[in-house]
Amino acid sequence: MGSLLLRVMLRDLALAWRQRADVLSTLIFYVMVVSLFPLGIGPEPATLRVIAPGVLWVAALLAAMLSLSRLFAADHADGTLEQLLLSPHPLTLLVLAKITAHWIASGLPLVLMAPLLGVQLGMQAADIGVMALSLALGTPVLSLIGAVGAALTVGLRGAAVLASLLVIPLCIPVLIFGAGAVDADAGAAAYFSLLGALLVLALAGAPLAAAAALRISLD
Amino acid sequence: MSAQSKPVNQAPRERAGAIWLRYAAPLAFDPLAARMIPWFFAAAALFGIAGLYIGFFVAPTDAQQNEVYRVIFIHVPAAWMSMLIYLVMAMWAAIGLIFNTRLSSMMASALAPTGAMFTFVALWTGALWGKPTWGTWWVWDARLTSELILLFLYIGFIALQAAIEDPRRADRAGALLAIVGVVNIPIIYFSVFWWNTLHQGASVSLTSAPKMAATMLTGMLVMTLACWMYSIGAALWRLRSIMAEREGISVVEAD
Amino acid sequence: MPTDPLLTAHELECRRGRRRLFRNLAFGLGAGQMLQVSGRNGSGKSTLLRSLCGLTCPERGEVTWRGVPIRANRDTFNAELMYLGHAGALKDDLSAHENLLAALDVAGRACSAEATARVLDELGLAACAALPAKLLSQGQRRRAALARLWLSRDTPLWVLDEPFVALDADASAALRRLLAAHLENAGILVLTTHQEINVAPARTQHLRLDV
Repeated sequence: MGSLLLRVMLRDLALAWRQRADVLSTLIFYVMVVSLFPLGIGPEPATLRVIAPGVLWVAALLAAMLSLSRLFAADHADGTLEQLLLSPHPLTLLVLAKITAHWIASGLPLVLMAPLLGVQLGMQAADIGVMALSLALGTPVLSLIGAVGAALTVGLRGAAVLASLLVIPLCIPVLIFGAGAVDADAGAAAYFSLLGALLVLALAGAPLAAAAALRISLD
Repeated sequence: MSAQSKPVNQAPRERAGAIWLRYAAPLAFDPLAARMIPWFFAAAALFGIAGLYIGFFVAPTDAQQNEVYRVIFIHVPAAWMSMLIYLVMAMWAAIGLIFNTRLSSMMASALAPTGAMFTFVALWTGALWGKPTWGTWWVWDARLTSELILLFLYIGFIALQAAIEDPRRADRAGALLAIVGVVNIPIIYFSVFWWNTLHQGASVSLTSAPKMAATMLTGMLVMTLACWMYSIGAALWRLRSIMAEREGISVVEAD
Repeated sequence: MPTDPLLTAHELECRRGRRRLFRNLAFGLGAGQMLQVSGRNGSGKSTLLRSLCGLTCPERGEVTWRGVPIRANRDTFNAELMYLGHAGALKDDLSAHENLLAALDVAGRACSAEATARVLDELGLAACAALPAKLLSQGQRRRAALARLWLSRDTPLWVLDEPFVALDADASAALRRLLAAHLENAGILVLTTHQEINVAPARTQHLRLDV
């Protein structure tokens, strides 16, 4: 069972690698969006330092929303999604394997890119570390919640935008705690516990909800 | 070819046999709903007039906020209803999903626009209160921000159902979304209140309402009842039009 | 030969949107029997197959496998089912070989790389087994998708939606032989087709959907 899930995950990663232009474009979107803020607000270093955590987090949220269409849409179009639903293995676990692969391909690059962008916005080194850790805990939650939205809208016209509309309100707690961790200084530990709790909750509930949503959508 | 004639798929309503389940079939419920609607609207009007009278004439003027504060007689009931309707909507949707009863799902769809409307009213009356009191049309206090997010949740539900053509899939997808929403609402509210206490810089809050005189509380409760009656009436009305749209048009046979 | 039906449908009714596709559909298939579903385009053949697999919930009625409703014990039913829809379930960016391994993996059937290579060879895909599926012709893709059937002989229930589409004469003959062998092996087959395929007429029940 475990090795099957590993193989499913690795296969999805292999597919992501072979379509790496798609995957890279999410990352480039992230970089571009972050650059928009100084252009829109002004390059004043003090201002940028203050808004940096929020900007990096909001942009990560938007990039995650953009990448949701990669999760189930292609499988739905070529018929492999149906085969997942007809597998004797629990769909919840298969979905979890897919979400993990999706996060590694789409979410993890954001986490790795964020420190560079933090420097660009004039953040302090310590803050950058906290920021990266908050993203590392938070982006998986975004992928997990996003999977529910993607599963509900699979095959619909305008699915990408609709999924984002559904998912963004649900991701607001992650945004608040993730961005808040950076400003917290000494109290950051509390934020990480909250983010960790959200991650555990999401791991427990989201794959199940996404699996149920897939069965509803493919009815 | 061996065809078994024994019916295998027994719907829950036949097994349970409870009286109310008789009305779970849309066709049976329609005339009942039609009779009930005028009563609910009448009750809403009565309570509404009473509540507004208490709110605008009977309740004493507040020393600090003068007459402006009277807007809470609409703002607070609307906010309460917006929350309550979401919970009721999610409950009906869950029942429809678990027991496969069409009427329950239609009720959830019927409630959503009313709930969204109350959320909208709560936001607007919040703005109307804020402007004379604090000088700005909008404050990012915890309650208003939570109302805004609740509005997004309603809009998401309505948008999802609107985007799906197959009624069955629309019902079930909406139900799942509503259930996920209900589970998330405590988390969202907690995080928003946390966020608000952090950024106390503005320290502007609509929670600094005037001390509640008994008449004020009565006024708000009466208005809440009015909103509740209105909600049921509006939801039943919308339910009838959903039923007409789905069931009234006869099923087209594949030729 | 009279056998107890393994796959049965009672009073099956399916709708697409507001349109009723069929109602009061019933049949029973025992081991070694085949159901051939025909009808015009849009008459609900694919929907029927999907409801037999448990993908689509019928409006009314029920499907049972070994006497148990398929929704009651999904995992057990899925272990004994092999379904091939229109789409073919091939990932464009994986090779035929990788696709076959992936399909069998998800379907819960362990298979060695040698066995899969051998089947692809038998189907004339040895030369292009390593190419990404998007570079294959229609016929080659069809054969690559069907390959999993040769490695699922011990799966009792096969549900195939238009399996003969895009196959040339040789491949059609090979598939016909495989399906006949499956029925000999006490397997059960449900398929839709536009053509008359003559696999095992003695064991075939016919179902026409647009009458």
